[in-house]
Amino acid sequence: MKWNGRLGIALCAVLCFALSLPVVAAEPLKIGLVLPMSGPFAGYGKQIEGGVRVYLKQHGDTFAGRKVVLIIKDDTGVAPEVSKRVAQELVVQDKVDILAGFGLTPSAFAVAPIATEAKKPMVVMNAATSAVTTKSNYILRTSMTLPQITAPIASWAAKNGIHKVFTVVADYGPGHDAEGQFKKTFVAAGGEIVGDVRSPVKNPDFAPFLQKVKDTKPDAVFLFLPAGEQPVGFMKGFAERDLAKAGIKLIATGDLTAETDLDAIGAPALGVINSFHYSEAHNSPENKAFLEAWYKSYAPDRPAFMAVAGYDGMHLIAETLKKTGGNADGDQFVEAAKGMKWMSPRGPVSIDPATRDIVQTIYIRRVEKVGDKLQNVEFDQVPDFKDPGKS
Amino acid sequence: MTVIFDGIASGMLLFLISVGLSVTLGLMNFVNLAHGAFAMLGGYVCVTLLKRADVPFLASLPLVMIVVALVGVVLEKTLYRRLYAATHLDQVLFSIGLMLMSIAGAHFVFGDQQQPLVLPEFLQGQINLPGLDVGIYRLFLVILGLAIAATLELLVRRTRFGAQLRAAVDNPRAARGLGIDVNRVFTLTFALGSALAGLGGALGVEILGLDPGFPVKYIVYFLIVVAVGGSGSVKGSLLASLILGVADVAGKYYVPEFGAFVIYAVMVAMLIFRPQGLLGRALAH
Amino acid sequence: MRDDAVTLAPLKQAARWRRAEWGFWLLPVLAYFVFPENLVLLSQIAITGLFCLSLDLILGYAGIVSLGHVAFFGVGAYAAGLLASHGFGNPLLGLGVAAASAAVLGYATSFLVLRGADLTRLMVTLGVAMMLYELANKLTEITGGVDGLPGIEVRPLLGRFDFDLYGKTAYWYCLVVLFVLFVLARRLVHSPFGLSLRGIRLNVARMPALGTPVNRRLSAIYTVGALYAGIAGALLAQTTQFVAVDVLAFPRSAELLLMLVLGGSGTLYGALIGTSVFMTARYLLSNLNPQYWQFWLGLMLVLVVLFARGGIMGGLRNLVRGMHREAR
Repeated sequence: MKWNGRLGIALCAVLCFALSLPVVAAEPLKIGLVLPMSGPFAGYGKQIEGGVRVYLKQHGDTFAGRKVVLIIKDDTGVAPEVSKRVAQELVVQDKVDILAGFGLTPSAFAVAPIATEAKKPMVVMNAATSAVTTKSNYILRTSMTLPQITAPIASWAAKNGIHKVFTVVADYGPGHDAEGQFKKTFVAAGGEIVGDVRSPVKNPDFAPFLQKVKDTKPDAVFLFLPAGEQPVGFMKGFAERDLAKAGIKLIATGDLTAETDLDAIGAPALGVINSFHYSEAHNSPENKAFLEAWYKSYAPDRPAFMAVAGYDGMHLIAETLKKTGGNADGDQFVEAAKGMKWMSPRGPVSIDPATRDIVQTIYIRRVEKVGDKLQNVEFDQVPDFKDPGKS
Repeated sequence: MTVIFDGIASGMLLFLISVGLSVTLGLMNFVNLAHGAFAMLGGYVCVTLLKRADVPFLASLPLVMIVVALVGVVLEKTLYRRLYAATHLDQVLFSIGLMLMSIAGAHFVFGDQQQPLVLPEFLQGQINLPGLDVGIYRLFLVILGLAIAATLELLVRRTRFGAQLRAAVDNPRAARGLGIDVNRVFTLTFALGSALAGLGGALGVEILGLDPGFPVKYIVYFLIVVAVGGSGSVKGSLLASLILGVADVAGKYYVPEFGAFVIYAVMVAMLIFRPQGLLGRALAH
Repeated sequence: MRDDAVTLAPLKQAARWRRAEWGFWLLPVLAYFVFPENLVLLSQIAITGLFCLSLDLILGYAGIVSLGHVAFFGVGAYAAGLLASHGFGNPLLGLGVAAASAAVLGYATSFLVLRGADLTRLMVTLGVAMMLYELANKLTEITGGVDGLPGIEVRPLLGRFDFDLYGKTAYWYCLVVLFVLFVLARRLVHSPFGLSLRGIRLNVARMPALGTPVNRRLSAIYTVGALYAGIAGALLAQTTQFVAVDVLAFPRSAELLLMLVLGGSGTLYGALIGTSVFMTARYLLSNLNPQYWQFWLGLMLVLVVLFARGGIMGGLRNLVRGMHREAR
């Protein structure tokens, strides 16, 4: 009857109205990772990706109601124009909300203008040159800077009976920076540099440099070499020539004794004193949880500082999104991220609001055998250390 | 003095890895840029034997040579043989393709980190003489290198196989006419070159390290040795390796600011004055 | 009719533009509309194509095998980069200075490649390039070293066209430069000069008997090749607004040789096709498998050599010949 018809039409009208209401669903959060996944730095990419995925496994893949979608692109690490291209593709084709990763400084430098132009937050998870965060106002860093990890070992050495140091660094940008920072801090603290040498970047044999060290007889050798076969070669040579027996100590930045390469060096690494921000042997509940999650997915590979930087990068993104209510707009995201503090597996960290760079505790460690593994055992620290390269 | 000895040892290691390339390039006229991949394979076989089968280091070396030689034989019969008549450029393309595959393969199977290698006790340390510190492992390399150089020279110059090889290289058609199985000779030579590369790779792990990027990292050095020494000449490779090794090490010790340039400058200088290499035959092609 | 008439008709025929060539040059124009989100990749293909073209001039036509061609690329890149970072950001000025610097270096080093067999030239050019790399690395204060030259600012092209995020300006800039230089190169190789180069490559001992100043010709083409490479380097520096010592690194030289052989040397188009195929394959494979794409790329190269001698152009030529045979 008419009743049914009108009721029917009314119901339809209500239904149509209800269906026409916009369906509020949170957009997925696309994070584009620019990492060296192949080539000589493939290890960096693997570590960072591992840290990122461990975080997602542990804390779930939804940040502030948005599902995280990871897009990983290989930039080979050795061609900044490839880094730039894949970042541009991530922004333009894949329409990512956040750019992250960056295993090496030139990659970060090349991509910075894209972050600025596209107004996307850029979370640097490894590149360690001081100037990286100055290249764009959208850059946040969760790894470390070279001066930040170099200055403490220089101060420690000066305070602990090491007066004469011979520096051996690789002859390239980061090597020069490390040498510069070490000399600056060490000499200011009263030490003396008795010799310095820069080894060619492609250097298969350290014999001549080790011999120079032996001839000069310093209290200690400060070493900075790119991670890979060079620290292995140098330290093996150091042991072979009985330089340690001659009373010469080996001090370095902790990336030389990173957990990923420590086993390859083996016994010659014992006793090396270094300053760094992360050690697998760091005793904290956060680190224990991180290690457990890591080894579940990636055993027998050991996690090192790059994995933790990836892990912390994701934490930064998650917490910042919580603060902005899921808004990944560049300006708002970066504003919210400034000053963020949290407890990382490495220790307490924060993002300096002035420089957007990481502020963290730098530990002085010695390589020792713990159980059946070689570990960097922390025995001293410099808390809340800002990057001295910017001051 | 120690610096000179270190340079000689450095040169010896270079010789051990490069001599195989000199053999295949010079004697078989095949540009095998995948040579570094065979060396890398040797390194990985050695490390695996030491780690998983607890084989002592010295005992693993002949095993390494056999394994890599077998791989060489298989590859030669299936792939390389088809390209003997191809242009050098096509051979370059092929061998680089093979090299890329080997790098990615090694990355996949072994991971990208440095492989640990612990030498047996008796090869570690130094012998301290007045004014000269002799690294024991380096001394071992020098002695082994000289032994291999001598053996190869004997093989090529004094044995029947060597004569057959030289005949097959100079004129394959005539050699076949004399009843020499040229295919077999080439296969054996390739196997020999690969075995030497594998041995060099295994010996080099202690000093050069081992990771999947090995072939690409060091191919330049192998080519330098072969070019300066003259391809096909074992004595030439030895001489070139020693000169380059000593120049490189001494350069880095006495003038470290120019350390990186020395090896290239020496190479360019030598090639300008003797384009065919120190003891190479003036190549007709 | 004279039976022994020497006719230049075949040579003139070859110098004329074929329909297939017009079709080929239409492709990049279409690509702009079909792949608007991949313009950065296409620009880099154009730049590398120009670089590969420069190698084809010296290798495919004059027979000079070089593993150090990257030296000129790097010099060009740094010339443009240094100019731009010191305030002279006009792109065309950068191109000019880069071309000049690379040409000077090319001429100066051309004397090293006049003598010697393939392996010798390979290693001498390699040695020169590696020393240049080390030099650039040593002068990190000037060149920025591995981390790169800071503060490169490239002014808008012709005062109007900004280098934007989508890479539109960069793409047309690179494409036009490539096309102009290609046309010039094409005329060069079909000219008597170009023909004499081919003669030198095929039978260097015979050429002096024809009155050809062999060394002078080789120096000349080497300089031209260096000039082209320098321009390619400058284009890279300007479109990415970034230069680091990797522009002088050995892998770039090796890859270049690879691309040229893949495409087929001695045809000019082979350089462009080889570059396009190689870089596109690398892009696609890398997206599919960021970690192990090198394996598949290597496999592709091996298969090409096994089944298509003389690279892609060689394979096409055989195919066309085969088709003609069947047609008869």
